[in-house]
Amino acid sequence: MSKQYETVIGLEVHVELATKTKIFCACSTEFGGAPNTHVCPVCMGMPGALPVLNKKVVEYAVAVGLATNCTITRHCKFDRKNYFYPDNPQNYQISQLYAPVCRNGFVEIETPGGSKKIGIHEIHMEEDAGKLIHDQWEDCSLVDYNRSGVPLIEIVSEPDMGNAQEVMAYLEKLRLLIQYLGASDCKLQEGSMRADVNLSVREAGSGSLGTRTEMKNLNSFKAIARAIEGERARQIELLEEGKDVVQETRRWDDNKEYSYAMRSKEDAQDYRYFPDPDLVPVDISEEWLQEIRDRQPEFCTEKLARYKKEFDIPDYDARILTGSKRLADLFEAAAAICGKPKKVSNWLMGETMRLLKEEGMEPEDLSFSPKHLAALIDLVDSGTINGTAAKEVFEHIFREDKDPEKYVEEKGLKAVSDEGALREAVSRAIAANPKSVEDYRSGKGKALGFLVGQVMKAMEGKANPALVNRILKDFLES
Amino acid sequence: MANKISKETIEYVGILAKLELGEEEKEQAGRDMERMLDYIDKLNELDTDGVEPMSHVFAMSNVFREDRVENGDNREALLAGGPKVKEGSFQVPKTVE
Repeated sequence: MSKQYETVIGLEVHVELATKTKIFCACSTEFGGAPNTHVCPVCMGMPGALPVLNKKVVEYAVAVGLATNCTITRHCKFDRKNYFYPDNPQNYQISQLYAPVCRNGFVEIETPGGSKKIGIHEIHMEEDAGKLIHDQWEDCSLVDYNRSGVPLIEIVSEPDMGNAQEVMAYLEKLRLLIQYLGASDCKLQEGSMRADVNLSVREAGSGSLGTRTEMKNLNSFKAIARAIEGERARQIELLEEGKDVVQETRRWDDNKEYSYAMRSKEDAQDYRYFPDPDLVPVDISEEWLQEIRDRQPEFCTEKLARYKKEFDIPDYDARILTGSKRLADLFEAAAAICGKPKKVSNWLMGETMRLLKEEGMEPEDLSFSPKHLAALIDLVDSGTINGTAAKEVFEHIFREDKDPEKYVEEKGLKAVSDEGALREAVSRAIAANPKSVEDYRSGKGKALGFLVGQVMKAMEGKANPALVNRILKDFLES
Repeated sequence: MANKISKETIEYVGILAKLELGEEEKEQAGRDMERMLDYIDKLNELDTDGVEPMSHVFAMSNVFREDRVENGDNREALLAGGPKVKEGSFQVPKTVE
């Protein structure tokens, strides 16, 4: 490649809001019900049905707008986007074109060259479409409208990103802000967060933008990164061959690591937007805006600083803990119960991370209660159970949210702190291992560890290790 | 009539609206549309400077619903009007992405 190229990337991110009901009707948004069991005439687009806006949707959208430094549109409206597809029962999607709820914001991301602002062009509210299932036996498709009308916000960025790393950092930032707000769980795999990538390349230093393509079907961070690399290479190749990039929508196939054009030219993208006459405008008063502002939570940047200062947690650990709303919540709740933030942090950073990795889970999937982690820490601190038993107990807390006190009781894991029993075990270990005793007495400290091990083995791992250590030393040094 | 609608435009609008129009219908639709545009031109003669564009016929705003689930499963009744139903879903011709 003789010329130098730079990549220009903008993102359209759809986020499914965590409301209990749909945007325009009182149907449940619960995921996974039997087909067409969470539907009504409104979300099935029956003639004459009247949509009524869910107030919570506006509040979530405004909260996200405030968190991303947007200007809130005080008088906003809904528009109809017209297109025909079986997953869209009204033949139009209710969305916002002329007066989206938020505009002109930004988020800051960390890059190797320092912090960088990524502009937010707008955020609008809209409804999700239904789901099409392609029938396996007959040449037909089946339509399930359970998802039709689930509230979405679409966050449209400015074309301010230059590579996959910046895109990842931007998405991660959005995800954290939204998770902290409780506005969505933002799971890419389950589709509650979806990103479309608009990408163009241009010769380095060129002031004008190249022709862009839009890529869809990106359902993991890795797929997004691969799609960006793949599309950049494809466009550069076209330009090098003296060909033009065609403005089109492409579908990324992560298995083949290639994107292909989705829509033909004849299939015009002309949505003929117009104001939705079924819905009245939304006026956001100063009082309402202030109420939403007052409810904004502490975000991760502030939390990070506070953890380091208030709990003396190292920077790296504090970043991991605040890097997930779920982890931060668990940390704070468990620390408040047992009053030992450092120990809570150690369990989360150590065993929790290890098990998450082993299970291929995300921190957001954690389901154990902070109460049980706090109780476990107390059990260890009081010497009721030893470290080995604690790890076993923790696995059961992690997997089944088991009450640690009950588990310890059921499995008889209580450490033996009965001095008489321990003395007996120690004297037996000493009698059986004269060589180690001799080693220890001649200054080989290591031998103590071996003897502790022998005692623990004899006690089936249930001895209080601190006590075993003390008794052993008593014996050996007397 | 001041406005002229080309045949191409009528065909394009027909495609967008999924309408199959015969030659005569195309001509009729073209004439109708020209008359509509003429009427809009008439409206445009009015001075609307400083008038907020109307998006709803009633002077109302902020009609909301609280976020409470009130609808249950009513699948059978809702699917009853579908021309073809299979496995609790509407059956449609195969869609290809």
